[in-house]
Amino acid sequence: MEILLAIMTGILYAAGIYLILRRSLVKLIIGIVLLGNGVNLLIFLMGGLVKGRPPIIPEDAKHLEGLFADPVPQALILTAIVISFGLQSFAIVLIKRAYKVVKTDDIDAMNETDRI
Amino acid sequence: MLLFLQEMSTMLFAILSSFIFALVLFFIGQQRFERFTWLASLLPLGLFIYFAQFIPAIANGDVIHFSTKWVPSLGINLDFQLDGLSLLFTLLITGIGSLVFIYSKEYLKENNKLLRFYCYLSVFMGAMLGLVTSNNIISMFVFWELTSISSFFLISFKNTDKESRKSALLALSITGLGGLSLLAFAVLAGQLTGTYTISEMLTNPELFAQGELSIFLLVFLLLAAFTKSAQFPFHFWLPGAMRAPTPVSTYLHSATMVKAGVYLLLRFSPHFSLNEYFGTILIIFGAITMLYAAVHTLFRTDLKGILAYSTIGALGIMVFLIGIGTAEAITAAIIFIMVHALYKASLFLVTGTIDYGAGTRDITRLAGLRKFMLPLSIAGLLAAISSAGIPPSVGFVGKDLIYESTLHAGLNAGLLTTIALVTNIFMVFAGFIVGVKPFIGKLPEHLSETEKPNFILWGPPILLALLGVVFGLFPGLLGNLFTDNIAAKLSGVEAPHLKLWHGFNFIFLLSLITIGAGLLLYVLWKPSKSKETFIQRFDVLAPKDLIILFGNLFSQLSIFLTRLFQNGYLRRYVMILLVILTVVLGIHIFINPRVFLNIEQIKSLDWNEIIICIIMFFAILFTVFSKSRLSAVAGLGIVGYAMCFIFVFYGAPDLAMTQFTIDTLTVILFVLVLYRLPKYLRMSNPTNRIRDGIIALTFGTFMSFIIVEIMNENPVKNVTEFYSENAYVLAKGKNIVNVILVDFRGFDTMIEIIVLSIAAIGVFALLKLYLKKHEK
Repeated sequence: MEILLAIMTGILYAAGIYLILRRSLVKLIIGIVLLGNGVNLLIFLMGGLVKGRPPIIPEDAKHLEGLFADPVPQALILTAIVISFGLQSFAIVLIKRAYKVVKTDDIDAMNETDRI
Repeated sequence: MLLFLQEMSTMLFAILSSFIFALVLFFIGQQRFERFTWLASLLPLGLFIYFAQFIPAIANGDVIHFSTKWVPSLGINLDFQLDGLSLLFTLLITGIGSLVFIYSKEYLKENNKLLRFYCYLSVFMGAMLGLVTSNNIISMFVFWELTSISSFFLISFKNTDKESRKSALLALSITGLGGLSLLAFAVLAGQLTGTYTISEMLTNPELFAQGELSIFLLVFLLLAAFTKSAQFPFHFWLPGAMRAPTPVSTYLHSATMVKAGVYLLLRFSPHFSLNEYFGTILIIFGAITMLYAAVHTLFRTDLKGILAYSTIGALGIMVFLIGIGTAEAITAAIIFIMVHALYKASLFLVTGTIDYGAGTRDITRLAGLRKFMLPLSIAGLLAAISSAGIPPSVGFVGKDLIYESTLHAGLNAGLLTTIALVTNIFMVFAGFIVGVKPFIGKLPEHLSETEKPNFILWGPPILLALLGVVFGLFPGLLGNLFTDNIAAKLSGVEAPHLKLWHGFNFIFLLSLITIGAGLLLYVLWKPSKSKETFIQRFDVLAPKDLIILFGNLFSQLSIFLTRLFQNGYLRRYVMILLVILTVVLGIHIFINPRVFLNIEQIKSLDWNEIIICIIMFFAILFTVFSKSRLSAVAGLGIVGYAMCFIFVFYGAPDLAMTQFTIDTLTVILFVLVLYRLPKYLRMSNPTNRIRDGIIALTFGTFMSFIIVEIMNENPVKNVTEFYSENAYVLAKGKNIVNVILVDFRGFDTMIEIIVLSIAAIGVFALLKLYLKKHEK
């Protein structure tokens, strides 16, 4: 399963990067979301996979005993998901606003001030 | 002891007073300042008196130290030291500074930026004082840079003139280059000797002579000194700097700025006394500079141009003498520094007054001005006599010593003496052209309206020129006070005593030849525009043009590179980063392939997991290649939900819930906001798509390899263990992920909430913002 997920992560990376390299702003954002999923999966894999044992301490115990899923990557990913939602929602609204002003979603048409 | 300490802190105050003064000036304001400009001259005058009181102690051979901790952890202290060499320079800086302050008041009286001028001037003076008294090499560097920066503002004082700004920038870049080199020298010398105190570095001169690093030390020091003191091939900033108002040129080029490099060489000549290259290189560069500048004086028609090249020549002589390095030569150098400061300042001020009165500095148009400026013509004559080395001026003493040291220089005595002789002949010529020629002959018609200068415009030059003669009459005075002491300290041998009259010997003959040939040249050679045009034809080969050419090529190259890498297209930036990262990862994978999996660690594959992965795979493909925006967004949603399932399978219910919520919200937001956008088109051509596809796929494949490789390592679980031990015991929570977020890392979560709130405000503002009509 690890290998399968490693390949999935690679595919998510490839898809994300391919879309980031497009000219359309919408594709750019979809690419960022896909890349973000890939990164989350990467962090998740780094903690080691444990099937079906969430890091929750049983009712009658004070510590976790034995094999359990690593809570640290989970905490990190949780933060990442929420923050990336902030980024995505802002970016989506920004695209809409930018389209109203410049009437295009072609990135190349928006780089006038950035060119030497 | 207490008294001693008090005296020492006055020194720090004295050096900083110029900076404080400049700061105070800011709050006074131009209007009020104009009425009390003369008060400004009290600052350099007071400092002159302050430093003069140390003369008796220093003449006794004392060295006065003063130290304040600045950055003690780095060994950087405000260490000041006053010995003969420093004292000589402080007196020149403050003495000539006083006269320049007074003179500028009249010269620039109609200028509406007078206040600014005095600010720059006093900052510059403070920086120079700090530079020549610093005993810590880092603080010396700081003051060194301050002189470069303040002189930039002084040279570009006429800031509406394009040429002024250009030459100021040129001066700043050349001296700035030297400053960096000085910093390199400072750090290297500090690391090597273990101290940043200049006098303590002297305990081990072998370090400056042997070993691989000694070459770097030498090169860095020389680069710093040569750029500042305008040695060939870095001399060209100095003639350009003549764009500055004349009082500035007087100050910068007679006594201060350009002498800083000479000071640096003198200060470090004991350190390099064992280094065999030090002297030779100085002699070679000094000699080239002397001859180069001397020949150029012949072809200039602007008085200040002539003075600029004769200054470069004089600096060449000083470097040359330091290179010879005997006690005689050092004495000669010290005397020459003084001689030159006095007569060159005087000549510059004379030029300034001529310019002020007659409105031109063109030597071909100037003659007969003695009718209006008799006292000034006396000043010019005296200064010319001193520069020519005609007895009884101090210039004569200096010239004697120069010949004495070249004649005693050993093997190459003949060659060195010839070089010195030729240069001195041109110096005589330059002095007379500037100091005498404008005043004699028949007054041309266009000068008949010349304004008579008042006392302030001719007093200072005559005072300086007179001093040159007085010191010449009593050379012993200088010897006792300065040169004996300085030269002995720097060369390690007792210095020769100064005398005006050595008797009829070979040296006297050389002096006679110098004066005679120089005067002959003055009578026979007439500077003219055509000669100036002639020499300008060779400018293409001059270091200045070569360096400017090089600079232009450099900026062309950087424009090219910037266009290549930062062309304004986001894709290009991302692509460069990715390609580099891919190459690095690829090298890592191919050099060190460790892509295998420990079979025992692999979990068995369940059919439901395989199905989820297949769904996810197709959803990704669908998202990437879909032709409709809406279906791409739907595909994105499916990818998110597939992630949820993976989280559920592997023990992360919290993640699954969060992912589910957020994913749903994102899709809804996308659909709500984006349905009105223009057509979702393929804008790139097929070649680009294939290229991007290859980059993306390579990167993705490498990532997969790396992940497999990392999973072979045994992860460190200390943090995990801590949380699983303590989540309930310390934080009374059973769900460890939640406990981490809201308790152990509570602050992070709080800040995350703030970030989200900011994003929410941004979203709200963008949605609610109504555009004005013209912005639509």
